[in-house]
Amino acid sequence: MIVHQLSVFLENKSGRLTEVLEALGGENIRVTALSVADTTEFGILRMIVSDPARAKEVLKNRQFTVNITDVISIMAPNEAKYYAMVLKILSDRDISIEYTYAFSVGEKSVIILRCSNTETAIQALKDHEMDLIKASDLYKL
Amino acid sequence: MEIWNRHFECMDRTELRKVQSERLRETVERVYFNVPYYRNKMQEAGIGPESIQTIDDLHKLPFTTKQDLRDNYPFGLFAVPMSEIVRVHASSGTTGKSTVVGYTRRDIATWSEVMARTLTCAGADRNDFIHVAYGYGLFTGGLGLHYGGEKIGASVIPVSGGNTIRQLQLLVDFGSTVLACTPSYALFIAEAIEEAHIKREDLKLRVGVFGAEPWTENMRKEIEQKLNIKAIDIYGLSEVIGPGVASECLMQEGLHISEDHFFPEIIDPKTLEPVPEGKTGELVFTTITKEGLPLIRYRTRDLTRLNYERCRCGRSMVRMEKCLGRSDDMLIIRGVNLFPSQIESVILEMSEIKPHYLLIVDRVNNLDTLELQVEVDEAFFQDKISQLQNLRNKIQTNLESALGLGIKVNLVEPKTIERSEGKSKRVIDKRKF
Repeated sequence: MIVHQLSVFLENKSGRLTEVLEALGGENIRVTALSVADTTEFGILRMIVSDPARAKEVLKNRQFTVNITDVISIMAPNEAKYYAMVLKILSDRDISIEYTYAFSVGEKSVIILRCSNTETAIQALKDHEMDLIKASDLYKL
Repeated sequence: MEIWNRHFECMDRTELRKVQSERLRETVERVYFNVPYYRNKMQEAGIGPESIQTIDDLHKLPFTTKQDLRDNYPFGLFAVPMSEIVRVHASSGTTGKSTVVGYTRRDIATWSEVMARTLTCAGADRNDFIHVAYGYGLFTGGLGLHYGGEKIGASVIPVSGGNTIRQLQLLVDFGSTVLACTPSYALFIAEAIEEAHIKREDLKLRVGVFGAEPWTENMRKEIEQKLNIKAIDIYGLSEVIGPGVASECLMQEGLHISEDHFFPEIIDPKTLEPVPEGKTGELVFTTITKEGLPLIRYRTRDLTRLNYERCRCGRSMVRMEKCLGRSDDMLIIRGVNLFPSQIESVILEMSEIKPHYLLIVDRVNNLDTLELQVEVDEAFFQDKISQLQNLRNKIQTNLESALGLGIKVNLVEPKTIERSEGKSKRVIDKRKF
């Protein structure tokens, strides 16, 4: 299902990531997943957090550039072939993936996907009976 | 030591003053009757051509600025019919309206004459090979050196700028003895020579004439040591004529101004009053022989001071000190003139970024670098790397097409560029002059 991911624009300056996490920590916001996409000059921090709306407010108040992005999350066994299967379902339907990252929970892994067309992607995954995780469950992990 | 034009360059100063006065009178008369802009300004000041009898009357005339040239773009200040103009140059790196200058046949001859003096000042003569690595084209550097080199009878090699590897090969193969380019390019060439393992004995370079940008004594030492040559500072600006306005001689104790053609004054840039002799201020030129584009009291914005003592070389022409800075915020980047306001106008046209920016100028490996920090607009931020990179490329492309300069763009977080009351700090110049 659709998950609200928090995206933060970060300059490549030491201490910036710490500031983000300290700000969220101070408000008791939990971070389920985190990934950083970086270039030489700047990066984009992407996070799944327990309360995205409040997290956005917290960071905005501290002058960070924040946005909420819709992503999809899927639970699958943590084996490469399942990850490949998910990607193939999407490519077969000509849905391109802007980025993806994953993390393991026990024997399972959670795959986060940002696609060119979120609705079509969800439908495609549902058609193949993939285990889409609801946002509310994901934030509890 | 050779002097190209002993008659004028060593002229008794009282005699010189007479020549200057007469030439000034002719110039003022010419602009009054041929250039409506000057006529109006003189009438507003309540003066006519008869008010200017000698150089001492010069202060009565109004100043001319770069803005006046832009306002009269392109040919509004020309003092001759276009049929008399044989060459047009334009200043580098300006948005839309550049500063356009025009030369009559006699102006080209004057320019060649003062460039011949410059090259002779540097000890060059008909036996030399002059490697001209200044840019050819609208910029006055290349063709200015070229005509001067031909005038003294040297062998001129019109290499123009860029393609350093070929430059090195030509320097070696042709055995050039004189190098003409910007000082930063000279250092760049020096390092390329080291990297290419070219032995100093394989080069015949003896002297370099370097200008078009500010440079320090330390840079001079470095160039002289690395290339094992004498590095001569030359000065000019296209509005006045191009290179050739002033040049050091081999004494390297100030730049001799060809003041029988370009009359210099030093003013206080705030009060616009002349400063006492020997004090630093803004350099102002009145061209007293030019036909195409005569300029009356043109404010160069360069800061320097004048020394009227006769030089050990024998020349009596006044010497200006190496320029010490500017009285405006113009930057000279790789020989291109740049005002921060030009960057601002490019930024203001783009809705994806905020009009807050910081320009950082530095010199890395002897080449000027520009870095622009600009804040991303929050509304535009969408979490895609490619989108941000496209934005950065778009800013770079827009700047390059508007300014003719490659600028490295860095996107920074909103509200991180310092705001200040009143005049904000837009430029950090880390170069040491």
